[in-house]
Amino acid sequence: MSAEPILRVEGLRTWFPIRRGVFRRVVGHVRAVDGVDLAVPAGGTLALVGESGCGKTTVGRSILRLVEPQEGHVWFDGTDLLRLAPAAMRPYRRQLQIVFQDPMASLDPRMRVRDSIAEGMDAFRIGANARERTERVAALMRRVGLDPDEMWRYPHEFSGGQRQRICIARALAVEPRLIVCDEAVSALDVSIQAQILNLLRDLQQELGLAYLFITHDLSVVRYLADRVAVMYLGQIVEERAAEELFAAPAHPYTRGLLQAVPSVDPATPGARARVRGDVPSPARPPLGCRFHTRCPEVFERCPVEVPAAYPVDGGTSRCFLVDEARRAGEAGR
Amino acid sequence: MSAPLLQVEDLTTAFPSDRGPAAVVDGVSLVVDAGEVVALVGESGCGKSMTALSILRLVPPPGRVTGGRILLDGEDLLTLPVPAMRRVRGKQIAMIFQEPGTSLNPVLTVGAQVVEAIRLHEDVSRAAARARTIELFEHVGIPDPSERIDVYPHQLSGGMKQRVMIAMALAARPRLLIADEPTTALDVTIQAQILELLDRLRRELGMAVLLISHDFGIVNALADRVAVMYAGQIVERGTRADLLAGARHPYTTGLLRAMPARAARGERLAEIPGVVPPPSQRPVGCRFSTRCPARFEPCATIDPDWTMRSATHGARCHAVAEGRV
Repeated sequence: MSAEPILRVEGLRTWFPIRRGVFRRVVGHVRAVDGVDLAVPAGGTLALVGESGCGKTTVGRSILRLVEPQEGHVWFDGTDLLRLAPAAMRPYRRQLQIVFQDPMASLDPRMRVRDSIAEGMDAFRIGANARERTERVAALMRRVGLDPDEMWRYPHEFSGGQRQRICIARALAVEPRLIVCDEAVSALDVSIQAQILNLLRDLQQELGLAYLFITHDLSVVRYLADRVAVMYLGQIVEERAAEELFAAPAHPYTRGLLQAVPSVDPATPGARARVRGDVPSPARPPLGCRFHTRCPEVFERCPVEVPAAYPVDGGTSRCFLVDEARRAGEAGR
Repeated sequence: MSAPLLQVEDLTTAFPSDRGPAAVVDGVSLVVDAGEVVALVGESGCGKSMTALSILRLVPPPGRVTGGRILLDGEDLLTLPVPAMRRVRGKQIAMIFQEPGTSLNPVLTVGAQVVEAIRLHEDVSRAAARARTIELFEHVGIPDPSERIDVYPHQLSGGMKQRVMIAMALAARPRLLIADEPTTALDVTIQAQILELLDRLRRELGMAVLLISHDFGIVNALADRVAVMYAGQIVERGTRADLLAGARHPYTTGLLRAMPARAARGERLAEIPGVVPPPSQRPVGCRFSTRCPARFEPCATIDPDWTMRSATHGARCHAVAEGRV
């Protein structure tokens, strides 16, 4: 893993119009992604964590331009993907792949597995002919732990875990450098999830793949991420090296998330519900700090000022408490 | 000692298939005492939800309970006439599900639905039932209950809908609550709130809970005793500490070791190879034998019996019986 990120997102803004009435007039916007900065380390894993509706899936889709952001930059190898014409974007589609939560929804049920896996190779003219591509499909299936003899079967003949392996093989078929995994293991039972997480880890080590791992599951993040970005209401509230974030979370929302995970240690059972209430609507995010309406550590500045991303060990935190601590430290010097 | 609140004996629930009846629940026995939380844990398709539905006699056709007894206070629910069984549901045993949205009627206000539930079981006026509903909403932590009572389900978040479902389940003061993956569809901060609520309610009301879950964290948060299910059978049972600190059955230990939460960063996760066999392809002998790292000679031929390690902790496993694991 080198220091230079393979992918850098700057000031990304993806809003969706809310339309009402006969004339479908725009009456507001869902601010799904509202000024996001991210960096995925080359050959490493950035986990993007957050609860439903925080905008994490929209970040992944915006990077691949499956939805069109209004503002910002997505730097990949020195090129801003958001400034590219569709034709110029094509070669990058090969380098950036995505694996979704529900493999059944992303595989064509009427297509044989061989053809699903080879589809990208056909599009990018990888392999000299159909026979060579079939051989490559066999090799890919073996690599992801599937039996190549089953390549002429249909998706419904496979289990959920096997289908996710098919989706991974399909992503690998075009030799990508970065894979966006959008809740890729969330729907799987724990024993199957372990198989897929091990596979993803092995592939990363062998092929030097980078992952943008979008998930709500903090135990998965703790297990595999090099860096972690925590997202709340369209913004990154904390971005840190994984070990530092789990050792000393620097944003009250991150602390709340970590404490909310029910412990599996029989000596300390239970979960702590420090974050009260529900997530506000992303169409009307709270003024000031967006988390202040649910924050257990809210104080005077929070509803009034907008916090910046303040530096903290191994990254940044968008919390006034970090800013106050830094100021106090400077004053005391 | 008094009789247990719920005693399930040798319950078998089967669905017809091409190769004869498939027992999705196959000889399950379990006991829930008054005020106790018992968890049924397992992966998809292990039969845990079907066990819960069997207890309420709500198995979707063409499936049906084909054997066993379900004793509530010593009375067998399987022999009750339909109207009497209907009175048991809600009044004695209530159930909440994973998707609170799908269990609520979208065209009625949430209050009206709880009022209806109360009046189904008790002869009270509409006004009295409405007052009780507001009380219940307050009890389950719904803010501004006197206003929220008049909103429609779509106006509430997933967490609030689950609170409404819990309020409705509590309406008739049941003695047993069956909670089937009650927090699986919720975000982690909301899940923590619901777990706190369920824990408070069972302490305040002395209500027994049969908790169905795939998540050992949730089991650890709520359960007094735990039963682990695999391929239609209970394979290990014990107290919460027995199972979370001292599990012996290779399936239970495999599940625990496959959890990223229990693994060190970057360490390879322990895998359980293969998948749960469907009812028609269950192996002879121990059902876990085809995936088990501890299998030895008897496993592929002889169905293992229970080995009790203590008064509370037992496993159905030849390797446990011979002290190999």
